[in-house]
Amino acid sequence: MNIGKIAKGIYALWYREFKVFLRERSRIISSLFLPLFWYFIFGEGVGSIATVSGNYNYFIFPGFLAMTIIFSALFNGAYIVYDKKVDFLKEVLVTPLSRTTIFVGKVLGGMTDCLLQAFILLVIGIFLGIPFTLLSVPLSIVMLFFLAVGLVSLGLIIGAFMESPEGYGLVASFVVYPIFLLSGALYPLDNLPAWLKAITFINPATFAVDGLRNAIIHTSSFSFIVDLGIVLGFDVLLIIAGAWAFNKMKL
Amino acid sequence: MDAIKITNLTKKYDNLIAVNKINLTIKKGEIFGLLGPNGAGKTTTLMMLSTLLKPTSGIAIVNGFNVLTQAAKVRESIGMVFQDPSSDDTLTGYENLKLHALMYDVPIHTINQKIDNVLALVNLKSRKNDVVKKYSGGMRRRMELARALLHHPEILFLDEPTLGLDPQTREHIWKYIKNLAKKMNMTIILTTHYMEEAEKLCDRIAIIDDGKIIALNTPDNLKHSMGGDVVILEGKNLHIGKMRKLSFVKKIQKNKNHVRITVINSAKNLQKLLCAAGEVKSVDVHSPDLNDVFLHYTGKAIREEEGSEIERIRDFARVSQNR
Repeated sequence: MNIGKIAKGIYALWYREFKVFLRERSRIISSLFLPLFWYFIFGEGVGSIATVSGNYNYFIFPGFLAMTIIFSALFNGAYIVYDKKVDFLKEVLVTPLSRTTIFVGKVLGGMTDCLLQAFILLVIGIFLGIPFTLLSVPLSIVMLFFLAVGLVSLGLIIGAFMESPEGYGLVASFVVYPIFLLSGALYPLDNLPAWLKAITFINPATFAVDGLRNAIIHTSSFSFIVDLGIVLGFDVLLIIAGAWAFNKMKL
Repeated sequence: MDAIKITNLTKKYDNLIAVNKINLTIKKGEIFGLLGPNGAGKTTTLMMLSTLLKPTSGIAIVNGFNVLTQAAKVRESIGMVFQDPSSDDTLTGYENLKLHALMYDVPIHTINQKIDNVLALVNLKSRKNDVVKKYSGGMRRRMELARALLHHPEILFLDEPTLGLDPQTREHIWKYIKNLAKKMNMTIILTTHYMEEAEKLCDRIAIIDDGKIIALNTPDNLKHSMGGDVVILEGKNLHIGKMRKLSFVKKIQKNKNHVRITVINSAKNLQKLLCAAGEVKSVDVHSPDLNDVFLHYTGKAIREEEGSEIERIRDFARVSQNR
């Protein structure tokens, strides 16, 4: 199998995800609403009692960028379970493409959906008066890209082993909420008890949120490069695990 | 070279043997049918031939390639239409076909032309830019049939190609399939539990039951292999023993309300049979169809297993839930 064939296969899988995404407007709108909803309600409510240095709304905005990615990336894995329910997945698996190629195509497709949503939120951020600098947007996008790649992979790994969409929803919510709540998106992690703090270190979103905060409001625990490197490390592990899961996947 | 050569192919699940040591050779250009009731192992066999399932044991060679060791080569050689809808219904027919063409490495500059060609073949060209959600079940099936042809496969697998479709649409699809085999000289392997479908379409048929092939021949030869006509007698206290002694009676199967008898030259011998039978309430004589053949070899009617109301509702639900 040569590179051209693989590239065309990946493009095909990406093309499908992208087209479906554009056609399902309700999905885009709801995925944007959720973070904005939280931003205003949670931001105002908790902001009145929170003690973070600076404006609490500015503090959680990077967290909500990550939230968009966390929720849509992990929700994305449900689609492969739906594909299993109908015979669409078989139609893809019976093509000459390798399982690894199919996995990569799916990751890129899901990643594009996530990134577009996060990008719209970034634009909304300008109107919310978030104090972006010139570098904020490109650095954020780079970080969000790598976070999305890892988490979409994670969603697909769960999806590869699940039989029903209901089962997927259950397992995914067990993964989504710890990742979100222990990422530092809503509050600083410094004051957590030691055992909870330990968990935050095996969470790629922790480093992504830290990096995003660095890029947008210039406070962070680690340098941007360290954060990015760690997220990238998670990506590599999750992509390897994902390719393995797809090769093991039964119909 | 044979299109397909299967030796002792077996698929075992925990405590179930879905396919049990099947041996089969299918020639190039043949329309070959796997006929059997639901759960006989037809789909499992197709899934193994298309590399989607790994055989427990045995060898399957498809277009010269081994399904276990040359899976990618096998997949390049085949096209498949699945039993359940396998297209994305938020995409248009055209988009579904384009997706397929890209995955099969069809040269990009030929894709649009080829899509138009195959859609014309199944009379769907005018609907190509409609989303698949708006298609009827039959249209969707035709679109998926067209899609399987896009990359000019050597061998085409059709898993229950007309399941859940109305009789008129079914006839249309048969016409398309026949047309294809003639025009493209393609080897076609289909599974079905519709007798009529097997009879009208297939050059050869393997009757499969409980994971085993129990008869394999052309539809005509299968019918002749029974060695006589079918006589069904209804009545009280029929003299089975007496009838069995008649030289022209080949086989007697007793059912609840009637007796099925295979009779050589029924036109000549019916009178004698009736004399021996006793008090007969009704008589039905016909030359054997595939259902009789199936009954003859398995002792049970294929229709009993597919014709029930529940099954039909289930078939319907399966097709409609995926719209």
